[in-house]
Amino acid sequence: MKNYDLVVVGGGPAGMAAAVAAFDAGVKNILIIERDTKLGGVLNQCVHNGFGLTRFKENLAGPEYAEKFSDEVEKRDIDVMLSTMVLEVGADKTVTAMNSEYGVFTLKPMAIILAMGCRERSKGALNIAGARSAGIYSAGTAQRYVNIEGYLPGKNVVILGSGDIGLIMARRMTLEGAKVHAVCEIMPFSSGLKRNIVQCLDDFGIPLYLNHTIVDIQGKERVTGVTIAEVNPVDKKPIKGTEIHFDCDTVLFSVGLIPENELTKNAGIPMSPRTKGAIVNQYRETDVEGIFACGNVLHVHDLVDFASEEAEIAGRSAYEYISGKLNKEKTVNLINGANIGYVLPQKITVPSGDVKVFFRVTNVFKNVTFKVKDGDEVVISKKKLTVAPGEMETIVLKSDLLSANKSGNITIELEAQND
Amino acid sequence: MTEKLLTCVECPRGCQITVTLDDGKVVSVVGNFCPRGKVYAENECVNPKRVVTSTMNSDIGVLVPVRTDKPVLKANIFDVMKKINATTCKTPIKLGDVIIANIDGDANLIASKTVK
Ligand code: SF4
Repeated sequence: MKNYDLVVVGGGPAGMAAAVAAFDAGVKNILIIERDTKLGGVLNQCVHNGFGLTRFKENLAGPEYAEKFSDEVEKRDIDVMLSTMVLEVGADKTVTAMNSEYGVFTLKPMAIILAMGCRERSKGALNIAGARSAGIYSAGTAQRYVNIEGYLPGKNVVILGSGDIGLIMARRMTLEGAKVHAVCEIMPFSSGLKRNIVQCLDDFGIPLYLNHTIVDIQGKERVTGVTIAEVNPVDKKPIKGTEIHFDCDTVLFSVGLIPENELTKNAGIPMSPRTKGAIVNQYRETDVEGIFACGNVLHVHDLVDFASEEAEIAGRSAYEYISGKLNKEKTVNLINGANIGYVLPQKITVPSGDVKVFFRVTNVFKNVTFKVKDGDEVVISKKKLTVAPGEMETIVLKSDLLSANKSGNITIELEAQND
Repeated sequence: MTEKLLTCVECPRGCQITVTLDDGKVVSVVGNFCPRGKVYAENECVNPKRVVTSTMNSDIGVLVPVRTDKPVLKANIFDVMKKINATTCKTPIKLGDVIIANIDGDANLIASKTVK
């Protein structure tokens, strides 16, 4: 088998963008390994629009966005192996994979980019009382049934969790003739984008119950109904007497996404408990030199446009690494301060150019000030009207600010005037 | 004068827009970050419109993802869905090919994927 300089694990939007960017930067022998029978990853089943607004200034459906990138891959001399499972990634930069053509084989590229994406949090973690009957699906599974396999998994639906896929599926199933009775969200705010609340729920009169959860699922072989109840916002325990019952045959859960990092962990790459992805510097390089990560395997993005943008950073950096140009003299740690859920990257090596930092807040706040601190000294202060955990925030740290850093740490925190 | 609060759905930024109406006529639009928000807000008060996305059966049994190339009247979304579900498209089909012309007003239904 050919000797590759760069192996990209995953052929979804991040993997494709990383490979294209690496190729354009100058890496010549690139292989993308994808377990599915085609490139594009989850975008193939995301038939709704809203993709590509930042990148192409067009409002594209998921498959269109994927096709634009797979066309770019095809135009270049980039090898793609489909229906191929990566079994192991080694910290010595080996990739062991398997397919029907070659059996089990090991590659030893100069650099690796991890772009395995994410999966849905499972309902097992949810701990719902009641029957374990048929008719309970994750929103993503239902999406595959409707959009790829072409059948409607149910006629009367209750959705638990207000993640974007759940909201999108509320609309999708309504359009195909199902009745979505309720979306219930245990938090006092939705984890989905505001626009999805408007165009997926409000447009169709689907009620969103905040501070509510499912307390019981009825039905022996097939779901016949669910009971939801309001929860105490502090301890999240259901409040007696607030129960509402719905007859339904289907329950979808949409309780968030989690980076798919089995390979990363097995490689012994240090992970962040906050992002559930690898710890990286601004090049999206993990603590193992020459192994990069990007897209939803690193942290769950709101928008594919941003995942692609991040993947391009990883792709270009892989080139810099292979050609021995990644210059790292000093490391500045990025720390999430008050009211900040996570910051990415977690490290910045200087010298560096300007670095765009991504972060999420922990709660919904109004009239906030973001503060960037070098030790105790505030170096940037930026105001914003409203923030929510579902919407990624960014701040650009200028190159001179980074090289002037004294404490070795940069903390990002949020100060709320009222809440 | 009445005020209406809207969330723009044109992009993920989701601007909170305040529209002031006088006797049903839009007199001011505040809170939109870009001009698309103004158009959205004005339409939303008079004639709300949405892009419809779905899938369509094809002659080879594969589902083809489809969408309208322009927003259609919100009130007509289910009519558009009926037309989509009553049609089987012919393959091969290229991304952007018109499958149903003028599915609603001047909006066409197009393929959002190439199927060979
Ligand atoms: S006003 Fe412009 S920036 Fe704001 S949500 Fe609408 S399209 Fe996006």
